Amino acid sequence: MSGRTLYDKLWDAHVVHTEPDGTSLLYIDRHLVHEVTSPQAFEGLKLAHRKPWRTGSAVAVPDHNVPTTDRSKGIADPVSRLQVETLDTNCAEFGITEFKMNDIRQGIVHVIGPEEGLTLPGMTVVCGDSHTSTHGAFGALAHGIGTSEVEHVLATQCLWQKKSKAMLIRVEGELGRGVTAKDVALAIIGEIGTAGGTGYAVEFAGSAIRSLSMEGRMTLCNMAIEAGARAGMVAVDDKTIEYFRGRPFAPKGELFERAAAYWKTLVSDEEAKFDAEFVLDATRIKPQVTWGTSPEMVVTVDGKVPDPADAPSEVKKHDWERALKYMGLEAGTAIEHIAIDKVFIGSCTNSRIEDLREAAAVVKGKKKAANVKLAMVVPGSGLVKQQAEQEGLDKIFLDAGFEWREPGCSMCLAMNADRLEPGERCASTSNRNFEGRQGAGGRTHLVSPAMAAAAGIAGHFVDVRNF
Amino acid sequence: MRAFSQHTGLVAPLDRANVDTDAIIPKQFLKSIKRSGFGPNLFDEWRYLDVGEPGQDCSTRPLNPDFVLNQPRYQGASILLARENFGCGSSREHAPWALEDYGFRAIIAPSFADIFYNNCFKNGILPIVLDAAIVDRLFKECETSEGYALTVDLDRQTVTTPGGEAIGFEVDAGRKYRLLNGLDDIGLTLLLSDKIKAYEERRKVEAPWLFA
Repeated sequence: MSGRTLYDKLWDAHVVHTEPDGTSLLYIDRHLVHEVTSPQAFEGLKLAHRKPWRTGSAVAVPDHNVPTTDRSKGIADPVSRLQVETLDTNCAEFGITEFKMNDIRQGIVHVIGPEEGLTLPGMTVVCGDSHTSTHGAFGALAHGIGTSEVEHVLATQCLWQKKSKAMLIRVEGELGRGVTAKDVALAIIGEIGTAGGTGYAVEFAGSAIRSLSMEGRMTLCNMAIEAGARAGMVAVDDKTIEYFRGRPFAPKGELFERAAAYWKTLVSDEEAKFDAEFVLDATRIKPQVTWGTSPEMVVTVDGKVPDPADAPSEVKKHDWERALKYMGLEAGTAIEHIAIDKVFIGSCTNSRIEDLREAAAVVKGKKKAANVKLAMVVPGSGLVKQQAEQEGLDKIFLDAGFEWREPGCSMCLAMNADRLEPGERCASTSNRNFEGRQGAGGRTHLVSPAMAAAAGIAGHFVDVRNF
Repeated sequence: MRAFSQHTGLVAPLDRANVDTDAIIPKQFLKSIKRSGFGPNLFDEWRYLDVGEPGQDCSTRPLNPDFVLNQPRYQGASILLARENFGCGSSREHAPWALEDYGFRAIIAPSFADIFYNNCFKNGILPIVLDAAIVDRLFKECETSEGYALTVDLDRQTVTTPGGEAIGFEVDAGRKYRLLNGLDDIGLTLLLSDKIKAYEERRKVEAPWLFA
């Protein structure tokens, strides 16, 4: 038998049944649930008089609609409030564990999963949210699903899946100072495009990936979906295993050691074959800034807004023209000359303690630029917030004129009150620069936390390596 | 779920690549706890000149005359012709719900994002992948010929043009069977309950920490 990829191993361990056309029924170990994509699934169960198959596998948290300001008065928007209350009611009725809005463990579903040890290596993890790919950082098979599949997993603990092709993306060498996992992710998307990973499960490997912290690996796998890949993953190493020691839902004592022995096998065999392979030189990756309305519309901070005349195809030329118009940018403008109105540091991509430390290190002792109307820092969870406050990061941000908020998805997709107004330009650590994503007419530039923080101080994009 | 066997319908061409699910149905409409009623807000930011909010009466909102679905010749369209990577981004099933509620039964594109593609089959919409050159030709035919309609036959796996040309497409046997018959996935899966239970018993021994 030839060698198996990490993806093969995770897949094989979860196949319950395979149909003649090759479609398999996969067992799901962990089902994460949030308020936006679950109400119709619970309603479907009720209408069909079905019960969840295994309530212990599901854990729920409200994150998309929650306010990031004072929560003592609840949620002001009645439609948002109803959605969160519906989650509370459904979890109570079906016996599903929920971290409610005012629980210290509440946060963005993709931050709290690993933080609580709900996500573990070797698991299949699903959630009605495309950024579920984040959890692949731990050697898990994790991907987003739609609401019909949320209902299906609740009812059967399984999902029908066709096996994807396997892609290996190796990033070799040492990342330069000021270059982060976010820049690696954007550089990869710039290279392979937003559909480059469609139909693939992507494994990230190479010395630069092994050097990343678990937080960095999560940022990278989180963005796999922006390259079109439903699942991104990184092989298990000692860093992965140590991350889980002492986490509330992780195994303890002898069971932990037994699990760890298995987790160590979750690596691609040396002779394993991939259907596609890319290699990037880490030493050549610079801080990245998106200029358009798709994550693949990205250049390095020392670059310029591109000219549609140079687009590789007619379809792309039209896309670029439309993007420049929407973004209010002229071809040839130096990225460092683009002034911003707002800064958003947060989201399931970049709201973990390491992200906040990197941003705080940049703003320490400085002041927000006068032209920046709002710079907000939204921690990924109540526990990240608590940790940051213990380290004094909140003071650093507040002293610099940044706002320090309560945890949630916030202005990544603007389902709560945090949003861009039409025409406003934002340096954002989130994952999508689509038209209207952060508010109708809003203009999003995706960057790393350090780059967003530096832009907030300078009032325009600036190369954090020289900052 | 509504079954899909054969459908003939007016085609609307949406000539842009990488149409994301945020564009198909913007986030403010995701606050609904229902599965229906998303059609009036399909492509909301492109379709209307004002900013849409949940609960509005969309019939009185100012339409963007430049948006393809607002043009008189495409009223009543039920087949959407699209470009590469259609449905990328968020996994929101509200996107196919909105397309279905608007009246689309099939979408033709050179490629689809994986999650969106999968979600379509759960909602009676047939996503059809055709070669980019063929899609390009269909765009040209559609734009030059008012009232351009196509016939989609899932059983035969063909798209037939007004000129009578039948173009073949691929679809998984399982997905095809379920869509042809409008079958509920859950009911079918539960027929395999014994296998699921047997798997769980084996895993409880192999990996007990997963069941703690």
